[in-house]
Amino acid sequence: MNLDTTDRRILNALQDGFPLVAEPFAQVASDLGLSEDDLLARLGRMKEKRVITRFGPFFDAQAMGGAFCLCAMAVPEAEFEIVLTKVNARPEVAHNYERSHRLNMWFVLATETEEEIEAVASSLERETGLRVLRFPKLREFFIGFRVAA
Amino acid sequence: MSIDATDRAIIAATQDGLPLVPRPYAAVAKTLGLEEKTVRHRLRRMQETGIVRRIAVAPNHYALGMVANGMSVWDVEDARVAELGTEVGALPFVSHCYERPRALPDWPYNLFAMVHGESRAEVEEKRAAIARLLGPACRGGDILYSTRILKKTGLRLRPREK
Repeated sequence: MNLDTTDRRILNALQDGFPLVAEPFAQVASDLGLSEDDLLARLGRMKEKRVITRFGPFFDAQAMGGAFCLCAMAVPEAEFEIVLTKVNARPEVAHNYERSHRLNMWFVLATETEEEIEAVASSLERETGLRVLRFPKLREFFIGFRVAA
Repeated sequence: MSIDATDRAIIAATQDGLPLVPRPYAAVAKTLGLEEKTVRHRLRRMQETGIVRRIAVAPNHYALGMVANGMSVWDVEDARVAELGTEVGALPFVSHCYERPRALPDWPYNLFAMVHGESRAEVEEKRAAIARLLGPACRGGDILYSTRILKKTGLRLRPREK
């Protein structure tokens, strides 16, 4: 999809936030010098074409309750597919990426409680005979990310 | 902060996004049998307490040409990691920035910053910019590129009743 200057202005403006007022699109449109209809139509088109991944509130999953932990394993190449099958079989494994490093398998565990994180990680260690390194987040620094459109 | 059943219902109704209609909060309220003002009030309160980080658009990085990314990792002096992590997290090309425990001896790194760019070369330039920002408080770093997505189910919040 080709984005014109107006689409780009909309994307850049709405990455910074969206007002909590009764008619927020009218307010944003006015700030950008657009009509509300035009703004809604452009957003609809960008969402449909998947230029917009998501539009709405972003929640802090941990603040909601639930536990998350980034984990990593150094999986020997010969065992990679076998270990992968065992890891991915767990519904608690939310994402899993192969990465260019000795620690070559990186996944996120998402469970209801901290105890379950430990239980799943230990159980995977027993099942695979490999260490599962745990990297829970200690602190989050989240402010800046913007994609210049 | 604790959230109640109403907050959970609002989260469940909006985690896929807000409807693209002139009064989106009223539309959400209607599906939940709530007042429009209640929805806005609750969202504002959750924003103040950090449960809602922001209400905004997330553009598709790939559609905008940001096709390269790497997980940069750094061994930063513990005494300075909070201050420097805040600065790294504020960089416009860093999407996620966390302090995590080291796993010695295998893993000396305690600061993780996901870096995005239009090419591998651009990601490397940005990685160098982070190294300059960290300066001598940083004893080493690395960057891990993903070579394959092995599983991606997405982190779905599952609001549960208490």
